[in-house]
Amino acid sequence: MTAAIEVRAVEKRFGNVGIIRDLNLSVAQGERHAIIGPNGAGKSTTFNLISGHIKPTSGEVRLNGDVISGLRPFEINRRGLSRSFQVTNVFARMSVWENVRCAVLWATGHRYAFWKNVDSLSEVRERTAQILDDIHLTHRRDVPAGLLTYAEQRELEIGITIAGGATVVMLDEPTAGMSHAETERAVSLIRRLTEGKTLVIVEHDMSVVFGLADRISVLVYGHIIASGTPEEIRRDPKVKEAYLGEEAH
Amino acid sequence: MNAKMTSTPTSKIVDTTVGDGLRFYGIWLAGIAVLIVLPLIFSSGGSLTSFSLIGIAIVFALSYNILLGQTGLLSFGHAVHYGLGGFAACHMMNAVVSHGWPIPLPFIPLFGGLGGLAFALVIGWVMTKRAGTVFSMISLGIAELVASSSLILRSVFGGESGISTDRTSLPKILGLSFGPQLQVYYLIAFWLVISAIAMYALTRTPLGRISNAVRDNPERVQFIGYDPHVVRYIAFCFAGFFAGVAGGLAAINFEIANAAYLGAIQSGLVLFSTFIGGVAFFFGPILGAILVTYLQLGLTSVTGVWQLYFGIIFIGIVMLSPGGIAGLIMMHRPLVRAGTLPTVIPSYLLAAVPTLALACGVILTIESIARTHSGQGSPINLFGVAFSPASPVTWASAAILVAGGFFVARLSWRRVGEAWDRATTIARDRGYLA
Ligand SMILES: Nc1ncnc2c1ncn2[C@@H]1O[C@H](COP(=O)(O)OP(=O)(O)O)[C@@H](O)[C@H]1O
Ligand SMILES: [Mg+2]
Repeated sequence: MTAAIEVRAVEKRFGNVGIIRDLNLSVAQGERHAIIGPNGAGKSTTFNLISGHIKPTSGEVRLNGDVISGLRPFEINRRGLSRSFQVTNVFARMSVWENVRCAVLWATGHRYAFWKNVDSLSEVRERTAQILDDIHLTHRRDVPAGLLTYAEQRELEIGITIAGGATVVMLDEPTAGMSHAETERAVSLIRRLTEGKTLVIVEHDMSVVFGLADRISVLVYGHIIASGTPEEIRRDPKVKEAYLGEEAH
Repeated sequence: MNAKMTSTPTSKIVDTTVGDGLRFYGIWLAGIAVLIVLPLIFSSGGSLTSFSLIGIAIVFALSYNILLGQTGLLSFGHAVHYGLGGFAACHMMNAVVSHGWPIPLPFIPLFGGLGGLAFALVIGWVMTKRAGTVFSMISLGIAELVASSSLILRSVFGGESGISTDRTSLPKILGLSFGPQLQVYYLIAFWLVISAIAMYALTRTPLGRISNAVRDNPERVQFIGYDPHVVRYIAFCFAGFFAGVAGGLAAINFEIANAAYLGAIQSGLVLFSTFIGGVAFFFGPILGAILVTYLQLGLTSVTGVWQLYFGIIFIGIVMLSPGGIAGLIMMHRPLVRAGTLPTVIPSYLLAAVPTLALACGVILTIESIARTHSGQGSPINLFGVAFSPASPVTWASAAILVAGGFFVARLSWRRVGEAWDRATTIARDRGYLA
């Protein structure tokens, strides 16, 4: 079976600085894959490279076997890959409802339609309501997204990401800055919403990572030094030295 | 538990849409009724002319807000589409007359719209590649380009004198000649209603919603499947079309189209109207267009420096109420719902007195200076009191009004602020404010 995501020998340089060096990563269909690594290792940059936000200097990225490196973000999104952002990236002046609904529109086939009343599209309405219910924001549906609390904005960020029904979901530090209770709630939310999908997640909380992931890749200085099951990663001496050891301090 | 969680919000949604629906149609019907009866109440020729101009200005401002308020594109050259629509309409009218085509006058604004649209289709793809400053600068450049071409391409734009036409020579429909201004007014009102409904409906389509998303965050839009460039382009074309309709209406009204239609002043006026009215609400540009057109018509007859007052009003709105008049009005909605509006009204009335005094002082100052310098020295008529611009009494009154008005106004507006804080706190407690 072809991998959901296949990154082959990707390099990314900003000016003279090589941020991503010979990156190889394979995420199987339906797998929950966590990417861990110290701050500045290039995890978000990796997300940007896969989702088309930036283009690799060299190398190639495949989605379900098709080359997607070089495509634009919306083209990649239309092929079924959706990502969230580490820094909340929502539509601040629009209501929570509008935020999610906009993320539903393309996937339900309405595209740039200017001849349909958006309020009368029942599939769109039902899906939007369902997602608001899923992310526990139904009671905040009319509030402008910019006025939500931090934790609510993070949940909305997840809602927008999954709203289009993408089969490959990438979440960049979805629980960053959340309290312990909020994190727990967010993780069970993620677990439920990505059921049957491929998930790539960047996460710092090791208990979350080891509880959620089928496989883990460790990124250090723009290079994946180890990739394997949680057990393999736990035992890997390179990882212990480079990353987990550091965490233990 | 789960069933309860889903059923409660759904029933609430249904309730609000039914209530909102009734009020929604009520507002539109009331607007149409006003358009129908206005000329019956104010039937003088001057009023009819003013109403006609206001109607055209509303269509134009609404079309501009498709760009500014809906899609976040600040254009400095929107009059290009208005002007080209005007020229297209004039040429069409002349062609209809000379070829004897069976097209009556009421269809002409459609050709104006097509004129505005055609230019948007051609130029828009390049223009909307980027938003922000890049778009604004290109719009300015294109506007200059078209304005200067209009003086060079004489056969199309008629040079200095423009292209004139005769609206009464077109085939009659329902026995209407469209000679009398009243008939022209109703023609404009008809197109105003059609255009306003169409532009409102546009905001309720998938494209309209995504335009808002592109305005708020063009980067994120790309990650939900949309190309912001395409969204901006389509929005730009709609704006061009309705600006062209407005230009076509102007051509019918004046029976001429000339270079002034597509010039910088016209582009500035529509930006001004839309912004003053408020870009965040659909009805904002309507209020702005009414106010600005009314001021333009009214001020020019009482003062020689009406642009100065426009400038002051514009700066005042930008600084004190960036949401425009519509923003000011809608600020009060939570208070109305929470029933705390009456608690702030007295403080408003109290603040109105010194504010008015301040305004009178400013007007006296401006007019004294302007009239003494222009050497005409005609008396300033303020609420029936005549002030001589050269008299020290006038200067003293101006100084007292400005200084005293400013001082007392500051105090009284602070009181407004306090009353406002109390009212919003209650509204928030009652759950009408996020
Ligand atoms: N657009 C950019 N231009 C230059 N340097 C960048 C850019 N984006 C990221 N970087 C650099 O790349 C490195 C990796 O960043 P990032 O991918 O955000 O790390 P992580 O998400 O693992 O914390 C950092 O040193 C950052 O400064
Ligand atoms: Mg990061």
